[in-house]
This record gives sequence, structure tokens and C-alpha cells, in this order.
Amino acid sequence: MSSDLDTLPVIATRRDEAQSWLQKIVSKGVGWGRKYSLFQYPFVTACCGMEYMSLQMARYDLDRFGAAAPRFTPRQADLLMVVGTINCKQAPVLRRVYEQMAEPKWVMAFGVCASSGGFYDNYATVQGIDRIIPVDVYVPGCPPRPEQVIDAIILLQKKIQDQPHKLFDREKPPLPPAGR
Amino acid sequence: MAEERVPAADDLLAPLPTKKMVLNMGPSHPATHGVTKFLVELDGETVTDLKIDIGYLHRGFEKSCESSTWTQVFPYTDRLNYVSSIMNNVGYALAVEKLCKLEIPERAKYLRVVTSELHRICDHLTLVGAQGLELGAMTIVIFAVEARDLIWDRLTELCGARLTSNYARIGGVARDLPEGWIEKTLKTLDRTAEVRDEIDALLSRNRIFADRLRGVGAISRADALDYGFTGPCLRATGEPYDVRKAQPYLVYDRIDFDVPVGSNGDTLDRFLMRVEELRQSDRIVRQCLQQMAPGEIIVEDFRYALPPKPLVYGTIEGVMAHFKQIMEGIKVPAGEAYSYTEAANGELGFYLVSDGGGRPYKIGLRAPVWPMLTALPQMTKGALLADLVPVYDSINYIAGEVEQ
Amino acid sequence: MSKAVIDALVQRLPEAVYDPYVGVGGDDCAFVRRERIVEVCRALKQDLGFDMAPYVTAVDYLGQTPRFEVVYECYSTKANARVRLRVKVGEGEELPSVTSVWRGANWFERYVFDMYGIPVTGHPDLRRLLMYPEFEGNPLRKDYPLRGRQPLVPEREIHDIFRGPGPATRD
Repeated sequence: MSSDLDTLPVIATRRDEAQSWLQKIVSKGVGWGRKYSLFQYPFVTACCGMEYMSLQMARYDLDRFGAAAPRFTPRQADLLMVVGTINCKQAPVLRRVYEQMAEPKWVMAFGVCASSGGFYDNYATVQGIDRIIPVDVYVPGCPPRPEQVIDAIILLQKKIQDQPHKLFDREKPPLPPAGR
Repeated sequence: MAEERVPAADDLLAPLPTKKMVLNMGPSHPATHGVTKFLVELDGETVTDLKIDIGYLHRGFEKSCESSTWTQVFPYTDRLNYVSSIMNNVGYALAVEKLCKLEIPERAKYLRVVTSELHRICDHLTLVGAQGLELGAMTIVIFAVEARDLIWDRLTELCGARLTSNYARIGGVARDLPEGWIEKTLKTLDRTAEVRDEIDALLSRNRIFADRLRGVGAISRADALDYGFTGPCLRATGEPYDVRKAQPYLVYDRIDFDVPVGSNGDTLDRFLMRVEELRQSDRIVRQCLQQMAPGEIIVEDFRYALPPKPLVYGTIEGVMAHFKQIMEGIKVPAGEAYSYTEAANGELGFYLVSDGGGRPYKIGLRAPVWPMLTALPQMTKGALLADLVPVYDSINYIAGEVEQ
Repeated sequence: MSKAVIDALVQRLPEAVYDPYVGVGGDDCAFVRRERIVEVCRALKQDLGFDMAPYVTAVDYLGQTPRFEVVYECYSTKANARVRLRVKVGEGEELPSVTSVWRGANWFERYVFDMYGIPVTGHPDLRRLLMYPEFEGNPLRKDYPLRGRQPLVPEREIHDIFRGPGPATRD
């Protein structure tokens, strides 16, 4: 169930969203390329990291979806997987890593602690990383089974396919809304 | 801090003046499992000083537990040492039962030991895999995770979750074994033994692996005790202290197993400790499964254990007991107790203070890894930067228990 | 076994160690005066063979004076004996550090300082352990609110059905 905001409208009502048939084909092609070659930045903090390890290994292979290569530098990654709890001390670090990533980038909130703080509703935990950075896919579960995360990757791939892509993207992306 | 060494004017072979570099191995780093910030002071490639900054996963375990009932604490304890969560559950349950002066049934004791040892096998497999991964032997981690996945399948059939099991209850355990579980577990253990022997054959006498780990991160026995090491890291230095042998709890006094003890206290010894303990845990599980007899899995007292559902739906006393326990929590008598078990990393202690109510007044956790982290600067002084990573891995730092 | 240790301690330092008792489950415990804790620990380590660094934690008994209690769980590998020492510390009073006796007590005392605000004197590196330096207050004190978040990064507004409109820091 991807959001309607990201699906290309058949009839575009706004002029800057309208795409010609050539642009549509290019967008589909670039989208296809981007969705099947996700380079992840696994921002692993806590217990969900164990399920992340299982996900990368032989049984629940994430390589089949093209998303196997973890790039441990944010500048080369396009999928930021926030795996585990983020607390108030780690929040500036996460924000910095997100800002260092180059466009296009997507964020997956892996686990219920990253999605909404989990059951740690106390002085130390950020109640969901969407309070700090914008998130594309939320995976609930404590920890989520690897099959759930694979489902999330497939949903994210569908979302990426439906987003408008350009070959030469000259406009600056909007800065993520946050207080500064 | 910049320090300049100025050579003598006529010293032809003196090195050029250098400054020490402070390198930040930050909280998000592939080699720091979990989140620690190291401020490494380097002289070229040699580590001269190390400052550790933790707290990047502090989730407020103790404060959250103070506002949950005694049984609601179990999921919080799961997520402490999350690779071997049943051991934390059992440790906490033993502490509460010590305060309540409860005697748990025999079958519950055996079940707790079986599941604890299975999770200990998972923890050691994860560590062995990580040690291989950090040194570039990436096949090892795939084998280790395959065996770990199989064990988790058995635990899923038993507890419902792969990782955070929430299996122990105050007075016993939550569920009994399903049909055919014992045979499947024995087959899983056989497969784990194959994987373990393969890892042992590949790594323990491997020239490259041994050269990188031997002599690195060594600590003497007296120093280790002074710092408060426990568990495999302490036994690697030569001190044969194992809580399961020194003060046996549950059924460890009826089971025949050995405790491996090392000699050098370096990283290779710590690695070999874990491989040996994999063998011993396998022995323990097999003996327990043989010795276990059918029986009750939780104490029959309705003040501590939930009554069975037919009684809850059928009798007034059952409904009342159920309601009181869920809403107000088990009434643990006022007092304080400290209970300790041998977790995968060392002595895991719970210090509980109760004020007589349904919620804990204080839960203090003795994380086994704190003393090892305190000693890390000493262990890596004079080592190369590339040695910092295996030494840090061999301590088995699990962020959940270090940063409660 | 540990009873003998407590008796030896009481005999050796009668004004420092008072009120020995046997706790739940057979634990041997005693109270120790705050100023003399280093002396008692040195006696434990050197004369009675308690070589392993203890587990140090603190409890906040809000409403009682003195307010805090610092607990030392000591273990001897040679004698396989355990002893619990309890030190009552009041609000604002200082606790002498035992890192000169056992180096391993270092981080436990930093934890006590960070979470409860008990200043520890004579500590080689006293700074916050788990919380960040900008954090004000001591979280594990009973009067610190459970949800008293002090965010470092200003939080975004989230519009969703469950959490409702408005900035996230209001609760």
C-alpha cells in the first residue's frame, strides 16, 4: 500500500509534475535501476541488528533483491536502515549521517524502536526516528522477522519505482523539514 | 593533545618530529558492534591511549522497570544481552524468587537450563562469527549464522520469538515443550556441532588468524581480577571461576561438564574459550534433555503464578488472582537481594530492592562487560590500530547490557 | 563462610562497620560508615582476600535521611565468599572512591555519579557515563520524571492520526 503522493498521476494537474512520454519511460527505467541496486547504510544500534545479520546471510538472503551491499560510508549509500533504538545521545549522530547522504536517499525505520520508540517511553529514547529525519518505510516488530523486512524492501522498491526520476536532476531537493 | 618530540640537533637517525593524532571511531562504525565511541590517540599506527564514550544506547532500563510490574520487567530484561536473552530472563527470575523465597518445580529448572544453554550457544556462535568477520574471514559468519538460525527455529517453536524470548516467569517458565521438540533439538545440536567443528578446523590453527590474535590484548590474571573480569575473559587468563561450578544454581550440580581455562589471557585464548564452551554447552543440553522428567512448569501458588485458564474462567478465586496479578503485580516481600548467574559474558548480577508492592523499587544490573571495557585501554596500549578491533570483539560487547 | 568475614571486619574496625545482619537467601551484609569505606575495602582486599572488584550501585530511598545508599557486592575467588556492604550517603555528601583499592570500580562509581548525583572524591576520571554532558539532572533519582526527555536535536512536527498535530517534545 504505497502512498498516493508518490504515484505518478495519469493526468497531471500541476504543470511541474507533468511528464512527457519520453520522460515517463526514462523515469521508469531509472526507477527500475535504482530500486534493484540499493546500497544500504546499516545504522545498527541494538537487538534488531541480530535480525539484520540474519537477513544478510544465507537463509533470508537480501542479495536476491539487489540490496546486499552495505556501504559503511553515508556518502556512497542510498538506503539508510536505522536498525534499533535511537536515544537522545545518538540523535545528532543520526541526523548528521542522514545529512551526509547524497540524493536520492530513502530511510527505513527497522524495528518498532526506530518507528515509534518501542516500549522505551522514557527520558532517554527518541520516540521514533521520524521526529528527526523523514522516513519512507516503517517495519514494526521487536525484532521484526526477516521476512517482514524483505516485505518492507519490496514495498520500498515499489515506492521507488513509482516516484518521478530524472536522468539529469538539476533542481535542488527540498531540505528535510526540521528545526535548525 | 599534540605532543612534539624534538630530536637532538646532531642525531642523524632521529625520527622527524611528530604529533599524536586523535582518531574518532565514532558511534556508527562497522567494526564497533553496536554503539561505542572510541577516541584513539595514535602515534603513527600504535595506540597510545584510548578513551571510551558509551551511552549511545542507554534506554533507561532501570527507570522503565520501576514503573512496570514485576512480570512486565521480563521483556525489558530480554533486550539487555539480546543475543542470549533467556539468560537475562532466568537471572532476573532467580533474583525475584530469592526475594520471595520460592521453590520452583524440577521440570522448570531443567527447562530454564536447556534454553539458557541453547542461547549461550547462540551467543558464542555470534561472537565467533563476528571475530571471523572483523578479520576478513567472512565465510565463518555465514556458517555461524546458519547454525544460529536453526537454534532460533527451535526456540521459536518453544517461546514464540526468535530473539527476545520472554520465556521465564516468576515461579517457573511460560510454556512447556511442544511435541517432538526434543528430537528436533538433538538434530539441531548435531548440525551445530558440525558447523562448530568446521569453524574450529578453519580458524583455530589457521596461521593468519593465530598470528593476528596471539599475544594481542593480553592481560594478566591479577590485573583481570583487580578489574573485576568474569566469565570467559577471566578464564582465559587462568582463573577458573565459573558461577555454575562455584555456587551452582538450578540443576548445574547434577550435570557433568567441564570449564575450559586458558593460560595467556590474550585474544586467541578468549576465542578458543568460546569454541570450547560451545562444546560444553552441547553436553549440558543433551544431559538435561535426558534427565528431564514430566511435571509442573510453574509453581502452583496463585500469589505468584497466573492460574490456569479453566480456573480463571470458572472460579471466583481464579478470576480474582488473575486480576490482582495483572493489575497490581505480584506482591514481593520488602527487602533486597542480589542474585548472580553465569551469563555468556560473565557474572550477570541483579540487585533488587522491593518495598513490598507490585512494582520493583530498584533493579540494579551488573553488566559483565563493564570491567572489560574499563581494562580495554590497558589491553590495547602499544598495540597497532588494526589490533584494536579484534581485542574489542573478543570482549563480546553487547550494547544492550552495557548501556542499560 | 562469609559470616566469618563479616565478624573479622567488625572486630578489626568496630566503629566503621556496624549492624551486620544476614539477608534474604543467606547473604552476609553489613553497614559501613561513609568516611571509612576505603579503609574497610583495603582491609577486605589485602587481609581477607577479596581480590575481585565489586559491583557498586546506589539506591534512592526518597523520604529517608540519609537519602541514598551505596551498595558494594564483593566476592573473593580464593574463599568463594560474598559480602555486601551498604553505605548510607546523604544528599550532597561525598563518597570516597575505592578505585585506589580495585581499579574495576571505576565505571561503577561513574554510573553512581551520573545516575544519582552522588559526587565521588578521589576518582581518576569522574564524568558522566551514560548520559550526555548537556543533560541536566540525575535520571535515576526518584524525583526525576520518567518521561523527562531533554532532546539534543530539535524535533520535527509530525502530522499523523495517532500522535496528532504539534511538536513532538510536548509530552
